[in-house]
Amino acid sequence: MLRLGQSHYDALRQHGEETYPHECCGVLLGRFEDGTRVVTSLARAGNTRTDSPQNRYNIHPKELVHIQREAREREEDIIGFYHSHPDHPAQWSQTDHAEAHWLGCSYVITSVEKGKAALTNSFELTGTDENDKKLVDEKIEVV
Amino acid sequence: MPKVHIPTPLRQYAGKQAAIEVSGSTVGEALSGLVSQHPDLRRHLYTEEGKLRAFVNVYLNDEDVRYLQKEATAVADGDNISIVPSIAGGSAIESCETCKWVN
Repeated sequence: MLRLGQSHYDALRQHGEETYPHECCGVLLGRFEDGTRVVTSLARAGNTRTDSPQNRYNIHPKELVHIQREAREREEDIIGFYHSHPDHPAQWSQTDHAEAHWLGCSYVITSVEKGKAALTNSFELTGTDENDKKLVDEKIEVV
Repeated sequence: MPKVHIPTPLRQYAGKQAAIEVSGSTVGEALSGLVSQHPDLRRHLYTEEGKLRAFVNVYLNDEDVRYLQKEATAVADGDNISIVPSIAGGSAIESCETCKWVN
């Protein structure tokens, strides 16, 4: 399960509206608490896939190194990621699955229809390695 | 000694530590030292052929070691080595670099 505050939930959905018709992306920071990922802050990231931003995203690893360093100073961990699907369902794609490598983390997807955030779903990347990984539906608890 | 920062998914294979000090004068030696201390990390970082997996980025401080001298890049005391699996995806369904992992 993923737990986050209303303001964080609204902020990640709004990010997708701002970047429409391109995909947005960002990092969920917080802590792991008995199988629940608890978000304490968000870090917006740039989408480096300027060749195909309407249906692909990539966070530059250097940006991730910086986000991770700043999070460490606040005693937060990377617990997941979010991105948007402009005019596409809030379901993971084959690309999302193939390029997901952070086992045990949450992958949040918001569909943005005609510029307006619609459904937001979250998936936990389960499994023990690249061969058996799966994106599994998880509950989002907005508090 | 240089310090290796472990991403959250791999900490369970590294004694639940977020950062580990390792010996070594190059990035390759530091990573070898890391996997000899924590052998369960090996299959997550390296292919069966012993190459770093394509989606595993290794940064020395603020630089991608691919654009330095790769695993031969020199490291010094106080350096920070970060292991950063890539973050990518999208609604596109065309083939992608790491789609070979599917099936």
